[in-house]
Amino acid sequence: MSLYATRRQRNSMATTLAWAAAIFGLAWLLLILISLLYEGVIGLSPDVFTQTTPPPGSKGGLLNAIVGSLIMTAIGVALGTPLGMLAGTYMAEYGRYSKLTTVVRFINDILLSAPSIVVGLFVYELLVGPMGHFSGISGAVALSLLVIPVVLRTTEDMLLLVPGSMREAAAALGAPRALVIGKVAYRAAKAGLVTGVLLAVARVSGETAPLLFTALNNQFWSTDLNAPMASLPAVIFQFALSPYKDWQQLAWTGALLITLAVLALSITARALSAGRRKSK
Amino acid sequence: MTTSEPTRRESNGTGDMSDMTMEDAAPRSAVVDRAKALSSIALLDRIFFHVTRAAAVIVLLILGGVIVSLFHGSMPAIKAFGFGFLFSEAWNPVTDKFGALPAIYGTLVTSIIAMLIAMPVGIGIATFLTELCPHALRRPIGIAIELLAGIPSIIYGIWGLFVFAPFVQTHVQPPLISLFGDVPVLSTLFAGPPYGIGLLTAGFILAIMVLPFIASISRDVFETVPPVLKEAAAGIGCTTWEMMRYVVLPYSRVGVIGGIMLGLGRALGETMAVTFVIGNAHKVSPSLLAPGTTISATIANEFTEAVGDLYTASLIELGLILFVITFIVLAIARYMLMRIEQKSA
Repeated sequence: MSLYATRRQRNSMATTLAWAAAIFGLAWLLLILISLLYEGVIGLSPDVFTQTTPPPGSKGGLLNAIVGSLIMTAIGVALGTPLGMLAGTYMAEYGRYSKLTTVVRFINDILLSAPSIVVGLFVYELLVGPMGHFSGISGAVALSLLVIPVVLRTTEDMLLLVPGSMREAAAALGAPRALVIGKVAYRAAKAGLVTGVLLAVARVSGETAPLLFTALNNQFWSTDLNAPMASLPAVIFQFALSPYKDWQQLAWTGALLITLAVLALSITARALSAGRRKSK
Repeated sequence: MTTSEPTRRESNGTGDMSDMTMEDAAPRSAVVDRAKALSSIALLDRIFFHVTRAAAVIVLLILGGVIVSLFHGSMPAIKAFGFGFLFSEAWNPVTDKFGALPAIYGTLVTSIIAMLIAMPVGIGIATFLTELCPHALRRPIGIAIELLAGIPSIIYGIWGLFVFAPFVQTHVQPPLISLFGDVPVLSTLFAGPPYGIGLLTAGFILAIMVLPFIASISRDVFETVPPVLKEAAAGIGCTTWEMMRYVVLPYSRVGVIGGIMLGLGRALGETMAVTFVIGNAHKVSPSLLAPGTTISATIANEFTEAVGDLYTASLIELGLILFVITFIVLAIARYMLMRIEQKSA
């Protein structure tokens, strides 16, 4: 009887701990979101989207930072997506069982969670050093290096989900490999491929570390890719560490904007891939 | 084909050119067109194959490029300090003396604190999600955790700076200091004035940040345990705890460790969540409440202001060290996760 009692006691202790862990963990995460919402919403106004970043002590917005982020993210995704997709295609279609695929998959998984600040250093050595100055384009290249692993991974996963019988059917009609991939496999995996791109956008839109010494930052309106360019994360970094209340408020608002954008992107991506999983 | 060839040769032999061209023109050009189309398709096929393979190779080259360029960039510092760089506490831009010890120390300490908190809590959440949570809530909570894993780290940083650090300074650190003030070892760990920022605060924020990763990977790994095993455990009268402890955990051990290592890799290399609250002080101090620095925070804070080749090279060498450490950790993590994937396949 006492054995049962201790076992039962131990069990209820363990389950209580698991409950406590879940509540503890979720509470912190919830707390962060709530304070972000609370602090960020106060500063939301049309000015945020129409004015450029102000000097300390005067009113302004985040327009140049938002535009800079959009430009660099767009170029970064445009540069990284084709490369990631092609490499993913090779791994899922041509070299499914080749040694190269195993090696690339392993390296890619490491790049996927490698410290992004190191990517910043790499691009600094590669572009900023030789060019002699910080620039928007080197920021975009740094972001593209973070896009590649995400897109590659999802492309490979999604193409592997396409049933082999579809490829065989196409091949039986006489379609060569390239057409089988282009007209059949890509189409069947379209939703998944879009998911990968969305996830990549979500990943890079909040990245700060690789931009700090590639695109640097810019207090003023600039769309010149050859000059330092403002970005939301870099502005948040600068403003949050400043002693000025206005700047800190803008940092909170910027943080809220990024979070909402990232959440919207990942929810869309999830909805797309959920539809695909069901249809499978 | 075999029947048409001799006839063609025959007509060739008779020498009646005009007749032959009139009669054979249409089919022959069709054959030629077909061959042309086929060869252009074959060419396209080959091109596409080589382009995709080149893309895969480029991904490898990027990694190689990162290592080579970091090595190249840190050459002046490697030449100047040698291995002593790893063990020197000096960080003085004026006299050009640099050492990585405080940054490495801070990186390891904050990551260890983060893992000590995130590991049990993450596994607890995974257990909760797979065994205890009401079914209706499982999917929503699981999705929420995965979404949180995607939130940019700068958000955690700014929250840490404005909300968490002031709270810690007034409500957590003073009691800690007075509580452990007389206990031998703990009094050194929790010594000093309550700054709010410091190693402990940074470690805790890192813990919150990697928590969603560890929780969602552990949950995925727990779900690879065949239901038959769990049912068998329940069938012989195991409690939930006994089933987790003696069936689920042993079966999924490799994967859980892989997930934890993945979280560790994130924690080691994390920049933004730490930079705000670490204090950026280049010293090795035994107190967890003291400000310190990490590799990534040092680079983020000082790189754009670094003047002089040696200063820049030292910062790049820090980056190289960070990359090597995380590479090893992540490689072990991926290896372990690969093993559990093979097991479940």
